[in-house]
Parts: sequence; structure tokens; C-alpha cells
Amino acid sequence: MSIASKVKEALVGLKAGRVTLDYPAQPRPAPENFRGRPIFDAQKCIGCAGCANNCPAREILVFDVCQEIRILKYLGRRCTYCGRCADVCPEKAITMSREFETATNKIGDVQQRLDLFMSTCQRCGRCFKEPSPLEQLKLKGYRVDDLENERWIFRSRAYLESEPVVDDIKIELD
Amino acid sequence: MLKNLCQKMFGRSLWVYHANSGGCNGCDIEVLNVLTPYYDVERFGIKLVGSPRHADVMLCQGPAMRSTAKALRAAYDAMPSPKLVFAIGGCACGGGIWHDSYPVLGPVEKVVPVNFYIPGCPPRPEAIIYGVAVAAGLVDKKVAPVEFKQLNLPIPRYHPSDLKGRGEMVVYEKAEKI
Repeated sequence: MSIASKVKEALVGLKAGRVTLDYPAQPRPAPENFRGRPIFDAQKCIGCAGCANNCPAREILVFDVCQEIRILKYLGRRCTYCGRCADVCPEKAITMSREFETATNKIGDVQQRLDLFMSTCQRCGRCFKEPSPLEQLKLKGYRVDDLENERWIFRSRAYLESEPVVDDIKIELD
Repeated sequence: MLKNLCQKMFGRSLWVYHANSGGCNGCDIEVLNVLTPYYDVERFGIKLVGSPRHADVMLCQGPAMRSTAKALRAAYDAMPSPKLVFAIGGCACGGGIWHDSYPVLGPVEKVVPVNFYIPGCPPRPEAIIYGVAVAAGLVDKKVAPVEFKQLNLPIPRYHPSDLKGRGEMVVYEKAEKI
């Protein structure tokens, strides 16, 4: 009885054949509707910072160096590839690629940085009409995110100190 | 240099220890998926062990939480040297989507030194295998930081000092450059 069950098991194993993927040797592209890493197209970007205001993980930072140059930095560390930045982009400058092989030994390798030229209105220096109070909550306008420490700065708060706020790990480990 | 060191030190089977410090279980399922016969990672000699004292590699999933940071550090200290740490998933790499909430301290690199990062939420099983292959020196990493600069400004700067009164009109003198 036991020999028969072993033979049956061997037959089942032979019938299935080899199922293991030969992955790192053979490429295996992701399916068509897979959302991978977002790719920023600097030629199309107008610097509206809609992606930065809608990113749930707050991975896109915006820093206005002066009136005319805006730096947009995508960090990509905790990006969940939700695609909201690609949805809100009015110029379709962000495409969700099917790229998933982003394993690296330096986390700075996944970031993208765009230095954008922002033209000013020739008459008033501003380009937007006064937003309503509800729109002011959503649209943060002139942004001063902290590029050195890679942190999002809320406009309603004062500028945070250069030391990280959550540095109580030493207390926890004692 | 790190690659050569890895190949020398970890030339044989890697035994991995699977530490979840407060993730949502998504990355755990992908790691278990990697160990199934379809993505058979045991052909690289990788085996899941239950104790950090038997392990060469720690797979960290989930952010460093206020409640589990101490335990994560203790598990790291219990591993025999040489040891590697993989941060799998967006939480372990960057603190996750609730990075600024009270119980989350941040990415696991605040608690333990991380050698390899596999971002994704959760990463595909192929991405995890790719990360292991990058660590073992089988393939090269594909990502590099991208920087783009618009060096020449397309529009000349507007200077209000160039506005000149001419009769009843106010005329901008260098209008042909705009």
C-alpha cells in the first residue's frame, strides 16, 4: 500500500513537470496593468506641485529656490505606487512604468530630482487668482520643503529644527 | 567592494530570519511566496530559520515601531557576525505611509544598519529574488538617481526698471526679447 502511494506520488510529480521560474537568468516582465515606479518627464512638467500635494506617502518634495526655479524631488523610499500623482498630473508628465527591479544597496538610488523653470506673470508677478479658504487648505502654493533632511514642511507650522523630531530611539533602546 | 565581500563571506547557503516589526503582513506573504516551489528560492540555498541565532540574513518588514524597536535591535544583536540586513517593502525602506504618526519611529535603518533595500508596497516576489541576486552578485542593480536641470531659462527675466512712460502709455522697452 505504501509503495503504491509512493508510485502515485511520483507519477503526480512527473505529470506536473518543472514549474519553477528561472527568474534572474530569464527576464520576466510584469503584467500589462502593473503599476511600478513612476517616471517623471521633465519636458512636460509645468511644476504645479499637484503631485506633491496629493502624494499620500508625502514622497514628493517641492522647494522654491527663487521666484523662477522650483526643485521637485521624488524620494521613492516609501512610495506605494498608488498612481495618484499620475492621476492628478494635468500634463501627463508622470507615467507609472512597469519597472519593479528597484533593489539597491543605497536608498538614494531611487530618487528623481527636477530643476524646473517657473515663469512669472509679466503683469502681476503671480499667476493664480485668490483661492477660496477651502482651496487654500488643499493648495499649499509657495512651498519650502526641507531637501537636506528630506522632510515635508507644513506651511501652518513654523520651520522645524534641523534635528529630527523622532530621535527618541536612544531612549527606547536603553 | 561590498559585492566581493558578500561573495566571500556568504558563498554558501544564506539562512534568513524573518522579522516583522509592525508591518501589515503584505510583505510577509510575498516573502513566503518566494519560498514556494514556483519562485523556488531554495535553489540559491536560501532557507528560512526560526531563530536569529541560526541566521545570516535578517529580512525586515514593517517600520521601526516604538513598541518593537527594542526587540528588533535585540534580534539583530543575537545574529552571529557576519550578518546582512534586507529592508523589504516601503515601510522598512522609508517608514511607510504612516511615517509621521506617533507609534512609528521611521525606517528600520534608524534601529539596525541596513545593507540592501527592496522598495515596493509590497514588492513583487520577482523583486525580492532580484534583491537577493543583487546581494549575491548574480545580477547588477538597475536603478540610478535621476537629475534633470533646465539650464538655459527659456524666457528672459522681467525687470520693472525697463518700463518707460511714453506719452499716455507705459511701454516695456525690451519687449522683443520676451
